[in-house]
Amino acid sequence: MMDIQELVEPFARMLQAIAPASTVRAIEQGARIDALWAEIAGSGYLDALVAERDGGAGLDGLCAHGLWQELGRHIVPLPVGETMIARALLAGAGVPAPGGPIALAVAAPGQDAMVPLGRVAEHVLVDDGRQLYLAPAASARGEPTGVAGDLGASMRWETLEGLAWIARPECGLRAMAAVLRAALIAGAADHLVTVTAGYCNDRVQFGKPIGRQQALQQNLAVMAEEALAARIASQIGCASGLTPSLAAAACAKSVASAAAVRIAATAHAVHGAIGISHDHDLQLYTRRLYEWRLSDGSEGYWNDLLGGAMLASADTAVDFARLHCR
Amino acid sequence: MFDSLTLAALPPEDEDIRPAIRALIADAIATLPTDRRARSWAGFDADFSRRLGAEGYLGLTLPRAYGGGGRGPFARFVVVEELLAAGAPVAAHWIADRQSAPLILNFGTEEQRQAYIPKICRGELFFCIGMSEPGSGSDLASVRTRAERTAAGWRLNGQKIWTTNAMHSDYMIALVRTSGTAADRHNGLSQLIIDLRAPGVTIRPIVDLAGDAHFAEVFFTDVDLPADALIGAEGEGWQQVVAELAFERSGPERIYSSVVLLDAWVGHLRSVGRDDRATRTLVGDFTARLAMLRAMSIACTARLAAGESPVVEASLVKDLGTSFEQELPVRIGDDLAAHPDEPVDAELHRTLLYVTHLAPSFSLRGGTREILRGIIARGMGLR
Ligand SMILES: Cc1cc2nc3c(=O)[nH]c(=O)nc-3n(C[C@H](O)[C@H](O)[C@H](O)COP(=O)(O)OP(=O)(O)OC[C@H]3O[C@@H](n4cnc5c(N)ncnc54)[C@H](O)[C@@H]3O)c2cc1C
Repeated sequence: MMDIQELVEPFARMLQAIAPASTVRAIEQGARIDALWAEIAGSGYLDALVAERDGGAGLDGLCAHGLWQELGRHIVPLPVGETMIARALLAGAGVPAPGGPIALAVAAPGQDAMVPLGRVAEHVLVDDGRQLYLAPAASARGEPTGVAGDLGASMRWETLEGLAWIARPECGLRAMAAVLRAALIAGAADHLVTVTAGYCNDRVQFGKPIGRQQALQQNLAVMAEEALAARIASQIGCASGLTPSLAAAACAKSVASAAAVRIAATAHAVHGAIGISHDHDLQLYTRRLYEWRLSDGSEGYWNDLLGGAMLASADTAVDFARLHCR
Repeated sequence: MFDSLTLAALPPEDEDIRPAIRALIADAIATLPTDRRARSWAGFDADFSRRLGAEGYLGLTLPRAYGGGGRGPFARFVVVEELLAAGAPVAAHWIADRQSAPLILNFGTEEQRQAYIPKICRGELFFCIGMSEPGSGSDLASVRTRAERTAAGWRLNGQKIWTTNAMHSDYMIALVRTSGTAADRHNGLSQLIIDLRAPGVTIRPIVDLAGDAHFAEVFFTDVDLPADALIGAEGEGWQQVVAELAFERSGPERIYSSVVLLDAWVGHLRSVGRDDRATRTLVGDFTARLAMLRAMSIACTARLAAGESPVVEASLVKDLGTSFEQELPVRIGDDLAAHPDEPVDAELHRTLLYVTHLAPSFSLRGGTREILRGIIARGMGLR
């Protein structure tokens, strides 16, 4: 197996070079995505999860986790992880993938779905509960959400008939997207822990860095724990590859979603007023943490499913975790 | 940050231990009611510990040359997880297996290794930890118990407190001052192996708020110890204790203290057939976090297996884990009492209240929450 770091580091370096915060801001404000997308597509990483027999890199789930975490850490404003998932599924079914960005949605015909990054996707892979359809974004009735800086869209297909479709994996697209979201949360969370700790050492009040205050040290320690929880849980979601078990996806998204809001809260508390300003980059991260928490099922959604499965089994808590959350 | 903690899998050959240890445990707990099993690693049964030793389940991380299993931290994780999940009475051998034997292996002389480790592995020698004193809790470096050099070895005076299992133990490994004064802080401290049957040692059990006596006060009055009571280097006690704490804090006992209660509650829900949305969501929340904490504890075990001393990592896992352990009785209590017309059997009720009463200790023993967070903050570059 390839060393995860060997694979992730060049990807991280590339993202650092091509997707600085200024680019994220520009795309949020409507700038064209072509140049950024061309760089990412040209890097070959979009086929990272496509099986080797289908011409891809055939990376395992934990490698995917490493890449997705970097997408979160760099808050890349394009559906790169989503496109990786879609391309792997399409290739597995022998359907050629379009070249542009592909978002993921769970929506029956006639139903509005909130699609993260829907405004910058050319296609959407739509799970109607029976099949996965490859729908041109233009075939949907799409509305921007109206939320500040949001690249998501509310999308609706009156019909999916006539579109190319592939078989739906048993876990469904929501579980796969939830695990991606969990890894994105883990990446952004880790970045926020680093910059928040850095801010604590820089900002001086009462004649010393605020990080010397024990109250803040204790809060920062908890923040680091939450970020670690999100990382480990999202790795559980990725451990078995592209199609997680329900329990693994639930563990990943439940823990990461719950952590996301608490991490955002501490980051903002520590930064004070400056973190509320548009010009400070903090909001680029915290807005996404909130969005990712709500996308593809919050902690409440996944806890409900997971608890139902746990109660329906005859397992002890430890056995259930050991046998199913993996 | 803290990138070294990453998902790790238990090796299949260690997973394979499960069925056999499970059978042994089932036998030992067959007659124990749930509220006894909820005592978890405070439950004492010397016969059971000796049986575990005889069957090769103690000292799994220690070399075969000293009677150990020669297997490593993952094998120990599997055994310990099974013991804790079942609420087996493991107190007798717990400390010796977890930290005393590894400490003796790391810092002891060949004679000390030969003298203690094989018997620990057989479940025949029990140890306790003498760190805390009346005036030294979190501020461990302020210990005042003092050993003076004599012609034959050491003369010890002072007092330890909160010493788990002192009254059932053969030896204590204590942190004591061997030179300087409390003002010298980390300098001048050493670790001694103290024979608790030596003249001048007095042990007084302390009864806890649930009526159990699992810890004790230990007094030393002119206790004469041989020269080889010193373990490791004189004056290096502080560094040795820090290494020992990585073993003490990193294990699954920091996430599973309330798991017997959790299973008893889930058993209750299944038997009354309650599975509405609020109930499922609560069960799911606990399950998700348990799975995450378990993976984190295995990740920490992987650092031990790699030969590291994951002091900060263990603090992260212990703080999250004990918070979870403490939250369980609070929320399970609310859930049960939110259904006052649903019959709750007396054993579950006793278990709930036992865990409720003891839960505050989970974030005290082994280093308090605030101290652990301080260690984490230092690891983050804030202190
Ligand atoms: C069940 C149980 C078993 C135990 N077994 C053993 C054993 O076998 N061997 C042994 O040696 N000890 C044992 N202990 C003792 C344990 O290690 C101590 O309780 C612990 O180290 C805290 O010390 P303390 O109780 O004196 O509290 P203190 O240190 O007095 O702390 C009281 C409060 O002040 C806070 N505090 C203290 N200093 C700071 C600081 N610098 N910053 C912020 N907050 C601070 C603490 O976090 C805590 O909230 C056991 C304790 C329990 C409860």
